[in-house]
Amino acid sequence: MINTNKTPIELVIAVTGLNAIDSPGPGISVIRAIRDCKDFKVRIIGLSYESLEPGIYMHDIVDKTYQIPYPSAGTESLLNRLNEINIHEEINVLIPNFDAELHNFIKISDALLKMGIKTFLPSHEQLESRDKINLSEFGKQHNFDVPADRILYRIEELSRAVKELEFPIVVKGKYYEATVAYTLEQAQKAFQKLQAKWGLPIIVQQFISGTEINIAALGDGDGNAVSVIPMRKLYITDKGKAWAGVTLEDANLIDMAKRFIEITKWRGGFELEIMRSPEGVLFIMEVNPRFPAWIYLTAGAGQNQPAALVKMAIGEKVIPFTNYQVGKIFIRYAWDLITDIQEFQQISAFGEL
Amino acid sequence: MKLKSNIATSESGFVFNPTSGDSYSANSVAAEIMLLLKENNSIREINQIMLSRYEVDSSHFEKDLDDFIAQLRDQNLLEL
Repeated sequence: MINTNKTPIELVIAVTGLNAIDSPGPGISVIRAIRDCKDFKVRIIGLSYESLEPGIYMHDIVDKTYQIPYPSAGTESLLNRLNEINIHEEINVLIPNFDAELHNFIKISDALLKMGIKTFLPSHEQLESRDKINLSEFGKQHNFDVPADRILYRIEELSRAVKELEFPIVVKGKYYEATVAYTLEQAQKAFQKLQAKWGLPIIVQQFISGTEINIAALGDGDGNAVSVIPMRKLYITDKGKAWAGVTLEDANLIDMAKRFIEITKWRGGFELEIMRSPEGVLFIMEVNPRFPAWIYLTAGAGQNQPAALVKMAIGEKVIPFTNYQVGKIFIRYAWDLITDIQEFQQISAFGEL
Repeated sequence: MKLKSNIATSESGFVFNPTSGDSYSANSVAAEIMLLLKENNSIREINQIMLSRYEVDSSHFEKDLDDFIAQLRDQNLLEL
């Protein structure tokens, strides 16, 4: 990327996903990457849903946080709240980082633009095409290897699905979480738990063993890949999240992400969750329509994807990256942040801190 | 027989395969052999070099070397 203007651009950037917990949202990583970019001088506005999202209290990372309504409250209340916040903050760019909120943010993106807030998001059609519910069909249509699955709306449908797919199977929630089940009882238990948490449908997927690889990528919306970084998970938590990972050099993985972008004309960041089978087949297990929580590794490896997204959002031309450092490792860690009850009270009672 | 060109090796015996993300720790003799493979020496040449460096029974070493090469092949570290 070339910044012809040597003076850093002053920007106010709003970011969601401040829940830097054991299954973290990407917000803090996105902010760190943006702050690393010398082309910007930023004020970061955190947008939170709950009072104990750690990012709210990280004052050297997030300058000010405002609570926003849950996605279930709908677009009108979200827009009203953002309008209120924008009167004080004059936001230039907004980066949503949760799957569950994307639909609403895409819907209000034109209204946000009228308020002067730019986004760089996929369309609703792009969002739907990679949805877990449609992924199998997407794979067939575009010749990607995707595990066989069944989309279930009733628990009674489970026994037939497991007969067809054979144990073990993976039971997945609509937005998040997955459990490997080895018996019908385990599958039923997982179904009920995920239904209660994320609603219907539940996705039941063929289990594929192998090496877990994730790819973080950024598309320009015209079918071009601005950046692709593959990462092998080195340490996986009991929730299946990467706690450490290393950047890989593999042309097949990069070609796969580029082909995905070319076909979908994806606009914005996304993550491909890949399983490389012992035979070397690359299965797409899931496509996450936003940056992953490990996105800071892309900045560490030389392709700062969040910074590139900000540049595209404000209308700068970004030249696709070509090189990155292979063998760059991220290791996540837990850190006890100490704060005062007044801060908790402030965000809980007044919705801002 | 040659190590894949992108395999990173260090003198301390650390080996990293950037395609798979796998890393290994090799002992000093294994590290020496990997270096010789990287320099494009044949198995026969490696045998001769190592036998000239160490006092070891040749048939015993040959068998160990075959085993080691098989391990490297299993781990996808050798050019096809």
